[in-house]
Parts: sequence; structure tokens; C-alpha cells
Amino acid sequence: MSEVPSELKYTESHEWLRVEDDGLVTVGVSDHAQELLGDLVFVELPEVATEFVAGDECCVVESVKAASDVYMPISGEIVEVNEALADEPEIINTSPYDSGWLFKIKPSAEELADLMDADAYQAIIDE
Amino acid sequence: MLIFEHSSKGRKGAPQSPVEKASISVIPKILLRKDSAALPEVSELQAVRHYTRLSQKNFSIDTEFYPLGSCTMKYNPRACNTLAMLPGFLNAHPLTPDEQNQGFLACMYDLQSMLCEATGMAAFSLAPMAGAQGEFSGVAMIDAYHKSRGEHERKEILIPDAAHGTNPATAVMCGFKVREIPTLANGDVDIDALKQCVGPQTAGLMLTNPSTLGVFERNIEAIAKVIHDAGGLLYYDGANLNAILGKIRPGDMGFDVIHSNLHKTFSTPHGGGGPGSGAVGVAERLIPFLPLPTVTQENDSYRYLTAKDCPQSIGRLSAFMGNPGVLLRAFIYMRFLGREGMVRVAEFATLNANYMMAEAKRRGFTLAIDHRRASHEFIITLKNEARDYHVSAMDFAKRLLDLGYHAPTTYFPLLVPECLLIEPTESEAKEALDGFMDALEQILREAEVNPELLHAAPQTLPVKRLDEVRAAKQLDLKYTSSS
Amino acid sequence: MPFIPHTEQEITQMLATIGVDSTEDLFDEIPAHLRAPELKAIPKGMTEMEISRLMHKRADENTKAICFLGAGAYQHHIPAAVWEITTRGEFYSAYTPYQAEASQGTLQLTYEFQSMITALTAMDVSNASMYDGASSLAEAILMAVRANRKSKSRKILIPTSVNPVYRKTADTIVKGQQIDLVEVPYDHATGTVTLEQIKQQGEGDITAVVLQQPNFFGCLEAVDEITDWAHENNILVIAVINPLLATVLNPPGQWGAVGADIACGDGQPLGAPMSAGGPYYGLLCCKQALVRQMPGRIVGRTVDLDGKEGFVLTLQAREQHIRRSKATSNICTNQGLVVTASTIHMAIMGAHGLENTAAACFANNNMLVEKLTAISGVKKAFAGMHFHETVLQIEADAAQVLRDLMDRDILGGFDLSLDYPELGNAILVCTTEMRSDADIDAYATAMQDVLTSALVSDEVSATPEAV
Repeated sequence: MSEVPSELKYTESHEWLRVEDDGLVTVGVSDHAQELLGDLVFVELPEVATEFVAGDECCVVESVKAASDVYMPISGEIVEVNEALADEPEIINTSPYDSGWLFKIKPSAEELADLMDADAYQAIIDE
Repeated sequence: MLIFEHSSKGRKGAPQSPVEKASISVIPKILLRKDSAALPEVSELQAVRHYTRLSQKNFSIDTEFYPLGSCTMKYNPRACNTLAMLPGFLNAHPLTPDEQNQGFLACMYDLQSMLCEATGMAAFSLAPMAGAQGEFSGVAMIDAYHKSRGEHERKEILIPDAAHGTNPATAVMCGFKVREIPTLANGDVDIDALKQCVGPQTAGLMLTNPSTLGVFERNIEAIAKVIHDAGGLLYYDGANLNAILGKIRPGDMGFDVIHSNLHKTFSTPHGGGGPGSGAVGVAERLIPFLPLPTVTQENDSYRYLTAKDCPQSIGRLSAFMGNPGVLLRAFIYMRFLGREGMVRVAEFATLNANYMMAEAKRRGFTLAIDHRRASHEFIITLKNEARDYHVSAMDFAKRLLDLGYHAPTTYFPLLVPECLLIEPTESEAKEALDGFMDALEQILREAEVNPELLHAAPQTLPVKRLDEVRAAKQLDLKYTSSS
Repeated sequence: MPFIPHTEQEITQMLATIGVDSTEDLFDEIPAHLRAPELKAIPKGMTEMEISRLMHKRADENTKAICFLGAGAYQHHIPAAVWEITTRGEFYSAYTPYQAEASQGTLQLTYEFQSMITALTAMDVSNASMYDGASSLAEAILMAVRANRKSKSRKILIPTSVNPVYRKTADTIVKGQQIDLVEVPYDHATGTVTLEQIKQQGEGDITAVVLQQPNFFGCLEAVDEITDWAHENNILVIAVINPLLATVLNPPGQWGAVGADIACGDGQPLGAPMSAGGPYYGLLCCKQALVRQMPGRIVGRTVDLDGKEGFVLTLQAREQHIRRSKATSNICTNQGLVVTASTIHMAIMGAHGLENTAAACFANNNMLVEKLTAISGVKKAFAGMHFHETVLQIEADAAQVLRDLMDRDILGGFDLSLDYPELGNAILVCTTEMRSDADIDAYATAMQDVLTSALVSDEVSATPEAV
């Protein structure tokens, strides 16, 4: 049974979001997604200072048998990426919601309200 | 042990090269290499023994039954190899003037003609060097055709979700957008969904028939009509041509362009992953766009057609003429079969597949698509075994290796969970099919009582299961003297 | 029945198991009106004896003239052991090594191939091969566009001293993707491209520059200077090489200060017979940082459950069967069997043997050029340094001279007039280690003879009576 922390927001394409105290939004892939992908071997992170619109492909997570796009859940600018993943992509498998985060966004629009809460996401993955 | 680890400094294979090194010192030093390349230094015998032993670590058609779905692993007649490697062919420079190359060009011209007849197409080009290049040229021709008519808005290619991965990859390479069409549970394309998807943006549809699900697309005429009425063209992926050779021709089904994997249907060797050939055939209206070169006959002699003759061609795909050695082998194979032999290919490939499918059902396996004829291949799904005994299609595959059979294709098509795609081909005898089914049934019994046996397989091969995660994470892609 | 083993009795048993009366019933899902007619245009089947007769006859129709043609395909010695082992059934009739445990032979051999090619090119990584040199250049260009994230222009500089069919093939393959192939003219005095000419075309944002060494004319380019300039300007360098000559020439991984970024070329000179144009294979190498942009198969070394060394296909998530429309390329195959031959070829020849072979090509070609240019009406087109191919200008119709040489059993070279009309009557000659002194003398004698009679016939046709 995969973990779905209640304080986070989610997308249908299995990204999670956490609004930090400084207004930045941290993004990662859900526990459910990392289980589906299996052992991760590589993460292609976006470049800092790039601006994306919600729905853009911005990042690729790769396992032995799959490579999956990560979609920008909200519009904004990339302000920080998780450099540790370059050497140890498996952190995503062991800690998807904590040290396995992907990148931080400075949002450029009010889109957070459109995203799912934990219950709605749980319902999707139970299907 | 690697060939590099047999190396001893200063050991040379003397009789294979000029003994003395001619001077190249007039070339400025800056353009010259500073140190010798670190190739192994071994004797000829060491190399011969090393590579002979390596060959013995392979499964192959010549040594094992190889029912790899979608790959048509039939017998590669030895004569095709011997005769394609006659010195007259091997020593032919590709730029030899056509008049001096008539024997080779005659074979290529005859091969084009036979492929046209076998598929019902108007013309063929042998230039594509593999199925994927055949697809590329087919889709590029569709693009060129629409553009030649001023229809620049046709930028979308439709592809059923059961298709090979090359289809969408090719369409994107040619600058198209891809739209997936769903497949019904009975294996046919969802024609209502297809109708919703066509429009003035439609460039064409790429279809494999029989499909990758191992069944014949019964609504092919209706599908062709939907696409043609919308102004699109129909592309035939010839991966499964073996199933229908001489029985029904893509041209008669309404396809405008096809590629034929000569390394499948026409038995050229797979060679451990190539070279292949993806000869491409077209209906009348696409002839001007065929990739170069093609061979024509004029007054009893043969010549290459070039860009001068075919200004609308999509162009060249390789430096010369595709993979001529492969084309020669396909030509020889087709002459072996003759017209009566081609029909038998489809008949016996289909007989073998349907026999195995009936046996699979009798022995308690679940078929992905039941109550339909198998084409030249069929699919078992192991989803129940996975649920009940925690064994996967992968486990079955690895255990089959232990029992002396190459595994069928696993996890393709992606639509069927825990699947084995099984293609026996026509060249296998009944006892090989029975032996394989006995092995599969044995594994099923083992899964019930001792699934660990499956998880631990293979046990009898040069290596056990390999760590693919480590291979992808700690990339080790070449030998270095310190490693 | 050819290659079908079934007995009547077996057929009856199998049909009974299926529950049908005849094999024909198995095709009852195919609409009857669409069924194929008899394939009349295909001849009836033949026995092996009959086919053997036909193929020997056709093989004998091809020329046995002495070959001085190069231009991308070269006649070299191949040790007998190479194809003897390559065509063993275990290599010949195996498929792509997806079941790694049952394919360790092909996988280890491919790993050794990658190791040898990286040793030859001095590059970090090699894949398991592409189709041929020309298509490999096309893939190298697509790879450069993906890899050079700083460049947005999708503009690639290609000197016209790069093999014309490589340029044409690259154009066919990349044109669907809005990539701009910008031609850079070569210098007519040296037959090479100068940095000045490259700079002239290279204004603004450029993604990559292609450099062939030796170039199509056989001339040696100033690769170090151009490579360093490119890197100073965030331009990737794509090297096109002849891997045999890379055993003596500065390899692409050592061009300039940090080496070329991508190297490609045709592997034919390393163990593949000319065979009317193939199968050959394309080599494709790159720097470590670009490895995930590399198309095609790659083999990696790993361990099995017991910690024992073994080999697998790796980085497969980039490939079409997983990534579908987002794959790095649509390529599925490599030229496996030719790679097998090439690996055995390199092992038997060793660096020493390949270096001696390359040097012999250089020496023989110099001898040929010396003898031909001693003939009145033949001169070298370019002053620059060349390796085993040379452009010669002839004071007679080049195509006719080549035909006349052919009548004297000399395959005299490649007519450059179609691709390079500015060179006038020019041919590209090539001499490999296979050409003996006697072959070279035979060419010189034939050329002398042809030009003398051409001169005579020119004089004849110039006189009014002859018209």
C-alpha cells in the first residue's frame, strides 16, 4: 500500500507538491509512481531559471524498464533542483516525499487550488 | 574472460598485414596519432578460440527452438549464405559502373519484382537498411505526397495502441504528431474511435495486419475507407507478413505503402541483432517518392535510378544500396520457395501457431484472445499465475531457457499483462512444438508447487540473472586496463 | 516442400487438435473477395543445385577489374578466420540479445567491440553500431541537436569536403525536424576547409560543425584548430572518420584541447567485404556526458546473482520499444553480424597489423599518384596533404577515361564531375594495401595508353574530314 501524505497536493500524472513557508513550491513524484517505475537509475532535472507552463514536460525519471516524463504541475520558474539525485537517483525510491524531491518552483499563477488533495489522489490510485 | 585479458604485450598476428610498416613521416606530426590504440595483442589461434567459445554461449535458431513472437525466427538456409558470399559479389565495389555489375543488379531487379507480386504493390525500393528505416521512408513518402499536393496541414499520424514502438518513434522523427487509436478486446481496431480521430489534419494510419495481438484485422476494408475518405494514406507495417504471404496481399487490402522485414519473412539471418532490411513498396501514386537507389531494366540491361531520374524522391538513406548482402540472401530464399512455396509459408506458420494455441488451452493456459484464429503467432497471459503463485512472465521465460528453449517475446504487446507472444514459424517440426508445450506445462506445475524454482532460473546457463539496475546506474561500457 | 518438415500424418493430427478440416479453414477470417491470386510473376521454386547454378552465373557476370575505387568503400584484406567464425550458426542465426543469459556470446562480443572502437577513436563511449557511416552521421547530427542545450538555432555546419552521399543521407533523415544543414565551401587550393571559411558561415548561434578526416578528397583537415574554435563558441564537433586510418592519424577524441564531442564513420574498412555496398556498419561514439543522448543499443558489464561477471543491454529506456514516440531514434537493430566480424578482425589484426595496413595504403597511393602524375595530362588537384585517396585532374573527358580504363580491366576511380563540377575533369583514386606494385604499374600503363589514344582521337575529331 503506497503512502499518500495528507498535507500535500497531487496531480493525475503522479506528481506531489508542497507549499513551503517562503512561498516556493517543492515538487516530487509520489510513492505510488516510484513503485510503478521500480528501481530508478537516472533523473534528468530541468535547468535552474527555466520557466515552464503547467503541463509542460520538464524532467525525466528513468528506471531500467521505463522512462517517465514529469509534468510541470503549475506554471512557474525553476529556482532549485535536487542535485543529490544525479549520483543517487534511488533516493526517490527510498524517500519520495522527503529527500527524494525533484525541484522547487516559484509559481507564476494561482493554480494550486486546481490540484487534487490526498483523498482525491488516493481514490485515483485505488482504481 | 575478455579478449583484452588474453593480451600479451608484443604478440602479433604477423601474416595478416604487411610485415614492415611503410613510412608515413612526411605527414605533419600534429596530424598523427601519438600512441598505438589499446587493442588486444593476441595470436590468431587465441582469437579464434575465444570467439568460437563466445559463440557457444548464444542460443540461436541453429541450436534451439526460438519461438520469439513478432520476430519470425525461421530456419536461415545455409545455401543463402554460401551463395551470397561468392567472390563475384563480395568483391564488387558499390560504385562499379552498372554495365560491369549486371549480375548483382539482375538479382536486385528480380527481388523488387517478386516483392511487388507478393505484396500487391506497384513498385519497391530495397534501400532501407532495417524495418525502422523502411518505416521512416514510408512515412517520409506520405509526407512528401501530401506536400506535393499542397496539403501542408496533414501533420498527424494515427497509430493503434497495440503497435510496435518504432511506429510512433518513426512518425515523430518525420515531424508528425502521433495520435493513438484504441484496440477492442477482440483485437480489432476500435473503428468508431478511429472515425472520431480523422480529419483534414490526418496524414495517414500505420497498421500491422495481422496485428501484434496475433489476429487478422477483419475490418481492414472499412478502416481503409475511413482513412482514404479523409484524404489520408494507409501504411502497412510488414512485421507480420509471414502470416499471410500468398494468402492476401497488403496492396489488395488497400494499403498505399508497406515495408517488408526481409530478415523475418524472407529468412535473412538476424545475426545477433542485424543487419536487417526494410524494403519499402508503394502503390502507383507514391512511386515518384521512393527512396534511392532503385534498379530499373532497360533493353535487357539493368541500371540504378538516381536523383536525376527521380527528382521527387525522398532521397538516400545510406551511402550506397542498403544492405546488398542481405538482399541477395532474400533473393535466393525467394527463388528457393517460388510462388507455390510462398503460400505454404503462411499455411504452415499458421498451422503451427494454431496448433500450439489449441495445445496451450488444453494444457490450462489462458489465451489473451480466445475464440479467434491465431495468425502466425498467439499470446498467453500469465496474469492468473502471477496472482496465484507470484510468478511472472519473466520467470517463465527464464525457466524455459533452463529447459533448452529460447523464451517467447515477453511483455509485448504492452496491452496484455504478463504475456508470452509465441511464434513458432513454419520451419519447426511437430515434435519441437510438442517439446516446447511440454516444457511450458512442466513450468506451470512447478509454479504451483515450487515457484522458487522459477524465481531462481536460469541455473544452467553461463550466468544467472543479471543485475540490470547496476548496469544502468554504474555504467561500465568498455574495458580499461585498470578495470 | 522447402524448409517445411511436416508429414501428412502430422498435418492430420494437428488439424484434428485445432478442430478444423484443412489449413484453408485457418484463414476464414480473411474476407474471401480479398484473397490473393496466384503469384504468377514469381517463378516456380528451385532446388539448391539450380539456384547454385544461377548464382554462380550471376556472380561471374560482375567485373574482376583491379579496384582503385574508394569514395567510402575500400578493398582490404580480411583474415579467413573472420567470416569463418562470424557465420557460425550461433552468431549468424541468433536474435537481438534481449534474453541476456542466453546471449552472453553476442553481448560480450559487443562489449569488446565497444571497447575496441573507443580505443581506436579515443572517445569515451561507443554504441553497438548504426546502419552505416552515412546514416550514422545523420544520427550524430540529431544527437548534437538534442545535446547542445545552449544552442537554439538547430544549425549544423557541413563543409562540402564531407562525402556528398553522407551529406545527402543526412539531409533525408534530418529534414523532418527543422534542422538547418549549412554548407561551408572548401578551399580550392588545398582541398580542405579553412577556419576562415567556417567562421564566415558560422556567424551567430551554431549547434554543431561536421569535420571529416581524411575528407572525401583524401585530404587532411586542420582538425585541431577548428575543434578548439568550435568549443570556444559553444559549438559541438562531430567527427567523421575512417576507423582504419584512425590507427595512425590523430584520433577524434584527441582533436584540439578536449577532443571531438561525437565521432561517427563507416566500419567497413575493418573486416567487411565491399559486397556491392553492404552490409557495413556505422560507428557512433561520444563523450561520457552525452551518453544518454546516444541512439541505438549499448551493452554494459554487470554481475549476476552470484556476483559473476556478465553483460546486458543497458540504457534501454531511451529506445523505441520503451520510449515510443519520445525515443532518441526509431532505430531498433544494429548491424550485429558485421560488428561480430569487425571485432574478430580487430582482435586478429591488432593495432600493429592495422597500423601497418594503413601505412601501406598511404605508401601505395603515393606510388600510384607519383606514377600517374608523371603522365602528361594528369595532375594533382590539391596541394594539401592526402592519405590513401587523391583527386587527379585529367586533360580529357573523365567519364570517358574511366570507361576506357575499364576496358583495360582497371576500375580507375570515382568521377567527381557530378558532385564537384568546379573541379572539371577530375577523378578520385584510391589505393589500398591490396594493390601490388604490378597492379599500380598496370594502372599507369593503361592510363598512358588511354590518354594517348584520347589525344589522338581528339586530334582526329578536330579535323574537318572526320566530322
